[in-house]
Amino acid sequence: MISARVAQLRQTSLDAKPTLSTERAELVTQFARQQTELLSAPLRRAQTFAYLMEHKTVYLGPGELIVGEKGPAPKATPTYPELCCHSLQDLDLLNSREKIPFAVSPPARQVYQDTIIPFWQGRSLRDQLFRDMTDEWQAAYEAGVFTEFMEQRAPGHTVLDDKIYHRGMLDFQQEIQRRRQALDFLGDPQAYARDQELQAMHLCAGALIRCAERHADQAEALARQATDPQRRAELERIAAVCRHVPAHAPRDFWEAVQYYWFVHLGVTTELNTWDAYCPGHLDRHLLPFYQQGLTGGTLTRDQAEELLQCLWIKFNNQPAPPKVGVTAAESGTYTDFAQVNTGGLNADGSDGVNEVTYLILDVIESMRLLQPSSSIQVSRKNPDRFVKRAARIIRTGFGQPSVFNADLIVQELVRMGKSVADARSGGSSGCVEVGAFGKESYILTGYFNMPKVLELTLHNGVDPCTGRQLGLATGDPAQFASFAEFFGAYEKQLRHFVDIKLRGNNVIERLYAVHLPAPFLSLLTDDCIARGRDYHDGGARYNTTYIQGVGLGTMTDAMTALKHHVYDQRTLTMPDLLTALAADFEGHERTRQLLLNKTPRYGNDDEYADRVMTELFEVYYNAIEGHPNTKGGVYHINLLPTTCHVYFGSVIGATPDGRKARVPLSEGISPVQGADRRGPTAVLKSAAKMDHARTGGTLLNQKFTPQVLQDEKGLDMLVQLIRTYFRLDGHHIQFNVVDAATLRAAQEHPAQHRDLIVRVAGYSDYFCDLSRALQDEIIARTEHQAF
Amino acid sequence: MDKRQHSGPDTPESRGLIFDIKGYSIHDGLGIRTTVFFKGCPLHCRWCHNPESQSPPASLIWHTNRCIRCGACADVCPHGAIGRNGASGVTDREKCRACMACTAVCYAEARQCVGRSLTVAEALAEIQRDVPFYDESGGGVTFSGGEPLLQGDFLQALLQACRAQGIRTAVDTCGYADWAVLDRIRAHVDLFLYDLKLLDSARHRQHTGVPNELIMENLRRLAQHGHAVIVRVPIIPGVTDDPENIRQIGEFMAATPPLRRVDLLPYHHSGIDKYARLNRSYSLTDVRPPSAEQMTAIARRLEAFGLEVKIGG
Repeated sequence: MISARVAQLRQTSLDAKPTLSTERAELVTQFARQQTELLSAPLRRAQTFAYLMEHKTVYLGPGELIVGEKGPAPKATPTYPELCCHSLQDLDLLNSREKIPFAVSPPARQVYQDTIIPFWQGRSLRDQLFRDMTDEWQAAYEAGVFTEFMEQRAPGHTVLDDKIYHRGMLDFQQEIQRRRQALDFLGDPQAYARDQELQAMHLCAGALIRCAERHADQAEALARQATDPQRRAELERIAAVCRHVPAHAPRDFWEAVQYYWFVHLGVTTELNTWDAYCPGHLDRHLLPFYQQGLTGGTLTRDQAEELLQCLWIKFNNQPAPPKVGVTAAESGTYTDFAQVNTGGLNADGSDGVNEVTYLILDVIESMRLLQPSSSIQVSRKNPDRFVKRAARIIRTGFGQPSVFNADLIVQELVRMGKSVADARSGGSSGCVEVGAFGKESYILTGYFNMPKVLELTLHNGVDPCTGRQLGLATGDPAQFASFAEFFGAYEKQLRHFVDIKLRGNNVIERLYAVHLPAPFLSLLTDDCIARGRDYHDGGARYNTTYIQGVGLGTMTDAMTALKHHVYDQRTLTMPDLLTALAADFEGHERTRQLLLNKTPRYGNDDEYADRVMTELFEVYYNAIEGHPNTKGGVYHINLLPTTCHVYFGSVIGATPDGRKARVPLSEGISPVQGADRRGPTAVLKSAAKMDHARTGGTLLNQKFTPQVLQDEKGLDMLVQLIRTYFRLDGHHIQFNVVDAATLRAAQEHPAQHRDLIVRVAGYSDYFCDLSRALQDEIIARTEHQAF
Repeated sequence: MDKRQHSGPDTPESRGLIFDIKGYSIHDGLGIRTTVFFKGCPLHCRWCHNPESQSPPASLIWHTNRCIRCGACADVCPHGAIGRNGASGVTDREKCRACMACTAVCYAEARQCVGRSLTVAEALAEIQRDVPFYDESGGGVTFSGGEPLLQGDFLQALLQACRAQGIRTAVDTCGYADWAVLDRIRAHVDLFLYDLKLLDSARHRQHTGVPNELIMENLRRLAQHGHAVIVRVPIIPGVTDDPENIRQIGEFMAATPPLRRVDLLPYHHSGIDKYARLNRSYSLTDVRPPSAEQMTAIARRLEAFGLEVKIGG
């Protein structure tokens, strides 16, 4: 159900054009200019945060119930020059590019030219980062062997647990004070550092309260002017809510929702954290407030639904920060990946589905917005009714909610060292990655281009795109006597580049720890207060670093083709194959057809191909798993691409799976587009052969024609399909329910298909906002039918 | 199993001709199923959407749009059946002996052989791939076609092999076979999907090539033995959808307990392209799929006989 108010707010959100707001950049610059004290980094960051909370515009729009915007208006998007100082060329590009533009007004450009750029250019963290990277890192980065997440956005990738629902910021401050008083300046050499960090957190907690008070002031001022008595009453209520939270623990549903939103604004204003910030298991957190409201007669289901819808609109009002360069290529979307989880397991292991779960699913369906992303966490303990309710939303074809295996996620997290209770309270966020909510810093550091490493191995370390010796000279590929020898060369090459990435990461982690601590995010993350350490510096209870492998399907089919045709069947010689690749198959179409059609391929439950896949998985896993990071934690892998499979494909020539040069790679752990010909069950069987339990997330996309899900049986069987994949320990699955004809029509006539939403890879997006290459890639994905 | 043992009709070495095996089949019985399509059919229904299934031997099909004009097929054909002129790849069906030599060298998969000879063990291995899906959903295997009863020995061996693995079985049949064949297999079948098209035998012969007495008799006998049977009626406008035919189906089922469930399968022309690939013509080009209203109206009429009717099956 959508009220007139919500319909109007939703429309405002949809109509708002993303613009670049210079307000935050100006405030940060003002503060940096006037700040002359000798300050530790945590205190400098905390004072910057307080300055922002004190001076940023308070926006309170007509009809709003949940208040607060990151920028001065919906979709007015702030920038973070201390991290990434956009050049004038960047601004012009953002303003003019066809996809994912941000309008930059002439005055905004002027502010950058006169104030922001002169102050921050050369001083931003991004500048320092690139200065600190080695030549070999730079060369690999430029060649597209890997990307770097932290070069213009801060580590975030995290999710809130239930802590704010029974504690106010004043309570956090008390705890901080207790910790400060207990510091041992005699025996603990870190006592001073801890004290600085704790002071910074204290300051940030106060700053958030101040921000809420300013919203209360605004609401009261508007209430005084309001002529409509109903709106006046609402504004008075908003003011009362903002006077109470976040200072104190919330007392009712409204306060709980508003409190989360202030916290969200705090985290995403402090830094441009990846994946914004996420409320996590909102159904669980809000249940007590919902029940108490209903029992006490102070809340109806409709009111709760409306408040959640208002929250949804708030998420949708916040495009991801403006990205440029490789970061824009690997994550080309307005979606900022905040994810709401439903279902799963309670901390005690019981079924986590409750009344609010279904309420949230209703909201997801009625709002049909890109943001927030939504997911269901499916445990075998959850009822089929829950999964089927979600399937009904999936059927409507906007790619949400995505579907996760809650039982496997517990296994994954426990394997990584979490307590069972922390694992159950954790889940998925961003695209598919897992973490212990409220207790873990789990950072995705960049995508890794597996097929590029194969290409380098096929050319003895030389990048055929540039002719430059980029990798190790692992040997002339024509001289390898066996597939095992060739595979060994690939592994050596892979480890070489993984190590380059790891060395870079170890520097970048310290850059954030030393220069850009995040005391506000820290106070929300256990055990940063107890340890007196920052989120970026090992303060969290758990500290994971991920490197995301991309192109497993392409990689498997290419490697399988080599094994099958060059070594096992000897249908092709290595020199002949290399000649065909160098020619991009021009004049070698028959060879290409052989590779495409007469080769075992991943996604068909084919043992030959799937064994190659698991070997590639093991090699990638072994190269990364367990390496220590700089925060007391270790590295794990996950397999997801966002939009990076398009970028990575664009830097690779033709590959032995018959893929033409520059064409996108396969995405996530999905098979190569069109290679899976034995139906969805075969895809799921193939994908389940890797050991998902040893990852921190894998991403599997499936495309179904709408006919498959048109009747009840189709829905029931989708539920069973999901259940079976999870019984086989699959991590995640998501569905596009759309036919290729519709997508082609949208390419032809974008104006008539503005509202067509598709699942990309871990998120949904407007089809017309995707690059042409990505549009084509989605069309090429196998379209499953039922029989 | 010792392969030197005798190789009779019911051993894993017995072979069958299969033209397709499809997973995630959700409309041929309960749960998620794998449907095994047998090649060869005694009927030749004019609306058949699997025309490549009709003739018992393996058939050659040609996807014109996939051909890359490489000429490899013409080079390899031992009968000179493939024209070299312009390397267009057109097959002279008079000269073609369906040896399938061309399909092996056609990397673009423009030339494909429809019909694979499989042993029971090989077919079982393919069916077993999706056991987790059957277990989770209450599904299993469905033998369809073509007409599975045409390969009775192979079908029986395969049914027994599936049962031995705990896989639930269904047989989708036109019912045109000796009762002896049905009698041998019926103990190994959990569910029959039994097609009824036209109750008037003359019209049945006109549209399918055979009369229907045997079909009706076999259905009666299955019912008498208390087997689980879902009757399936293809609704072909102008052929099977007339009130008289529907009334006769209703009366027959009502008079033949325990028959109760009937699935109505609306005509669709997704098979038209296949006729071209087989160099055959399609005789129902003017028939349109029935509307949802028409389907509902037919369902109502059958429900009046106390039957449980599903549209789509």
